[in-house]
Amino acid sequence: MIESITEIFSNPWTWAHYWDGFVMTVQLVFIALLIGGSLAVPLAIMRTSSNPFINWPVWCFTYVFRGTPLLIQLYLIYYGVTLIDGIQESFWWVILKRAYYPCLIAFALNTAAYTTEIFRGAIEATPRGEIEAAKAYGMSWGKRMKRIVLPSAFRRAIPAYSNEVIFMLHASAIASTVTIIDLLGAARDVYARYYAPFEAFISIGLIYLSLTFAILAVFKQLEKRLLGHLQPR
Amino acid sequence: MFDFEGYGPSIFGGAILTIELAVLSLLLAFFLGLLGALGKLSHNRLAKGIATGYTTIIRGIPDLVWMMLLFYGGQIMVNAIFERLYDATDGRIDIFFSFNEFISGVLTIGFIFGAYMTETFRGAFLSVDVGQIEAGKAYGMSGWQIFKRILFPQMMRHAIPGIANNWQVLLKTTALVSVIGLADMVRLATEAAKTTGQPFKFLLPVALMFLLFAALSDIVFRKLNVRYSAGVVKG
Repeated sequence: MIESITEIFSNPWTWAHYWDGFVMTVQLVFIALLIGGSLAVPLAIMRTSSNPFINWPVWCFTYVFRGTPLLIQLYLIYYGVTLIDGIQESFWWVILKRAYYPCLIAFALNTAAYTTEIFRGAIEATPRGEIEAAKAYGMSWGKRMKRIVLPSAFRRAIPAYSNEVIFMLHASAIASTVTIIDLLGAARDVYARYYAPFEAFISIGLIYLSLTFAILAVFKQLEKRLLGHLQPR
Repeated sequence: MFDFEGYGPSIFGGAILTIELAVLSLLLAFFLGLLGALGKLSHNRLAKGIATGYTTIIRGIPDLVWMMLLFYGGQIMVNAIFERLYDATDGRIDIFFSFNEFISGVLTIGFIFGAYMTETFRGAFLSVDVGQIEAGKAYGMSGWQIFKRILFPQMMRHAIPGIANNWQVLLKTTALVSVIGLADMVRLATEAAKTTGQPFKFLLPVALMFLLFAALSDIVFRKLNVRYSAGVVKG
């Protein structure tokens, strides 16, 4: 075991491969969260609407994306969209031919669905009095949203959102199933090259573990700064 | 239209395998969760440490990494153990244990969700009134009797929503076993999709199947919730 560890980790190829995987994982997760988060804000506002024609389609979207495995969503986009007739000749093919973009789309839509529900909960928890006060000041709907509802809703959403970020990090490991070399993809390559499952998967597990702790630490700081007024003294 | 080009029966078989896998994993997770929660709440430092380490490490690493570690590493480890046994007993103990995809699937999913269940049960145990346990002691009940008669039935009421939540996530996690080669409905549908070049025809029904399972389990858990809330006055 010791010899194989030294053999695997004294090879610069392993480190370069792990680094590429690390960059890919972080990049995929970060961009997916960015896109998903920006989609989730308008969707969450629509979801809180009392008009069923606005509310219902968003409910359907979140229900379907939260009720089915991300793996199937990824397969549907990766195998499904690329096999649509004529798409290989169209402009979209430039984007869709690499596994990276279908993967990013699947991740972004998935996290958008979960984040929408998190934001919806936070928006609905806005104290009634705050909205009444804003109305009494003569603020329009848009101003109320921008100045009163959303800023406090985002703060309330932080603890639940930190969970979603960690889930996204862990879920991103399935990118390796569609030929992307992310962290787990790199570990699978190392495993295949040396036939060393423990060394490969435990080392990658530790990297995921440290990333998880890093995310937790960042959110703890964020909560301290933004939710300081709610902390028990 | 519904013959799925002859793949229908095999995908249906895959759906049954998905359910078997999910139910067996849930049983293992339930058991591990109870043990973990008792460990976390015990005054024994070692038990507490093991339970805390278990939940932290399991929940910090992706499911798929655990699955591959156990699937690719499990057989090697089991072989190594039995080889030692064989050598140590001069060949009197000669066992070969085949570590197949189904067993590694159940073990991994069970172990992972055992960690989530631990947190659910820990919270639920804490919400049982201490006075109840003291009353049990005063009646001269043994630790096991207190657990079985007082703690467990009351704890379950608080645990049901958390268990329901974990079950819904677990159901979706079973899709990952298709990656290590288990012929569940996701894998069979993906293979059919690749062979026929019609991904939507096979993957969309599987997605619908997951939605159906989720809706059905919702009904079951609502019934269970009513059952375990017997005698609770809602206010």
